[in-house]
Amino acid sequence: MATERVTAANFGDVVLKSATPVLVDFWAEWCGPCRAVAPILEEISNEYSGKIKIVKLNTDEEGSIAMKYGINSIPTMNVFVGGQVVKSIVGARPKPALVRELTEYLG
Amino acid sequence: MSINYNKIQDVVVVGSGPAGYTAAIYTARAQLNPIVYEGSVTAGGALMNTTEVENFPGFENAIMGPDLMDQMRKQALHFGANLVTDDIISMKLDGEIKELEDGSGNKIRAKSVILAMGSAYKELGLINEKRLSGRGVSWCATCDGFFFREQVIAVLGGGDSAMEEANFLTKFAAKVVVIHRRESLRASKIMAERAKNNPKIEFLFNTEVLDIFGEDKVTGLKLKNSITGEESVREFTGIFIAIGHLPRSGLVAGQVKLNGEGYVEVVGRSTMTNIPGVFACGDLVDFTYRQAITAAGSGCQAALDAERFLSGH
Repeated sequence: MATERVTAANFGDVVLKSATPVLVDFWAEWCGPCRAVAPILEEISNEYSGKIKIVKLNTDEEGSIAMKYGINSIPTMNVFVGGQVVKSIVGARPKPALVRELTEYLG
Repeated sequence: MSINYNKIQDVVVVGSGPAGYTAAIYTARAQLNPIVYEGSVTAGGALMNTTEVENFPGFENAIMGPDLMDQMRKQALHFGANLVTDDIISMKLDGEIKELEDGSGNKIRAKSVILAMGSAYKELGLINEKRLSGRGVSWCATCDGFFFREQVIAVLGGGDSAMEEANFLTKFAAKVVVIHRRESLRASKIMAERAKNNPKIEFLFNTEVLDIFGEDKVTGLKLKNSITGEESVREFTGIFIAIGHLPRSGLVAGQVKLNGEGYVEVVGRSTMTNIPGVFACGDLVDFTYRQAITAAGSGCQAALDAERFLSGH
């Protein structure tokens, strides 16, 4: 499944109330490492479809949510389970490393 | 782009950035069909995290670092370089045929290898630095500066990158304090002057960072004046570390000869390493100049050295 964009309007429904784990990628246009990790997240989203939902939140457009979750470095990839942040990964990394960190949510 | 992994390649370039892409452009134009491992998250190299590059010749009005890299990348593609957005995870470089493995498990063999892995940010080595990384501790002002609007930020370091970060951060921050352990800046005159003339920037010289404070977020620094020995605590919500770089030579350590600081050693003015057919360029080699243009220049040299090596075999 391709990654979808979330906003303040649908964050509750798409992320907080999701039955499957959701990885929220906090990113912005001007952030080089965000652009580097984007296609990797896209691949993980496709390969683990049904296990984990991967969504993107633009911190420029949705500053209030970014602030609520204390984002001060991007990319930050927060995993939500049952509406709670259960894991926070800061900074781009290669696909094998990212998959390894997400193992328990991809099974 | 499909690569025939059974074929023995003429040349593999490991790394992108100005050195790797220039080596790619030259070897591609020389019809050597280079395979270029750009890196899965490091493609484009250090310049991807910078803003304006004002000193790369040919750009009268400066060019954004990421745009410059995009241009080089496209130029390499234009001449037929095979660009792979993946990492090389192991290399066996002795012997006539070099064996490399990438992050997806592909094995690739080549007669020559150009090393251009660049450098990584140097860390202070404090326990709290790792713990608070992404929670106020950052190595990338252009990535994270935006989140520190109207706050008081420390920039650690005294070189050009520290000055660039400090100047950039004043766009957002209420105040930026440059903390440097020496008594004067190491930055180029133009960068230093620009920072000194910026009313939002304050300087603390002869100052060492002993610790970073904060539970979930950075709250301040413990500092020591290296002349008087006096220790102090100062509040900051953001710490940007720009104290230099370390060569990314880990993958080839034990095979290629490195100097005491981990830079790859090359023979004389060439890019030849101690292993025939293995060449090195860019920040991986250069502990003196470390500019985009010098990296590009050494990438060109590596390509020409590799070409000459291959024609002799």
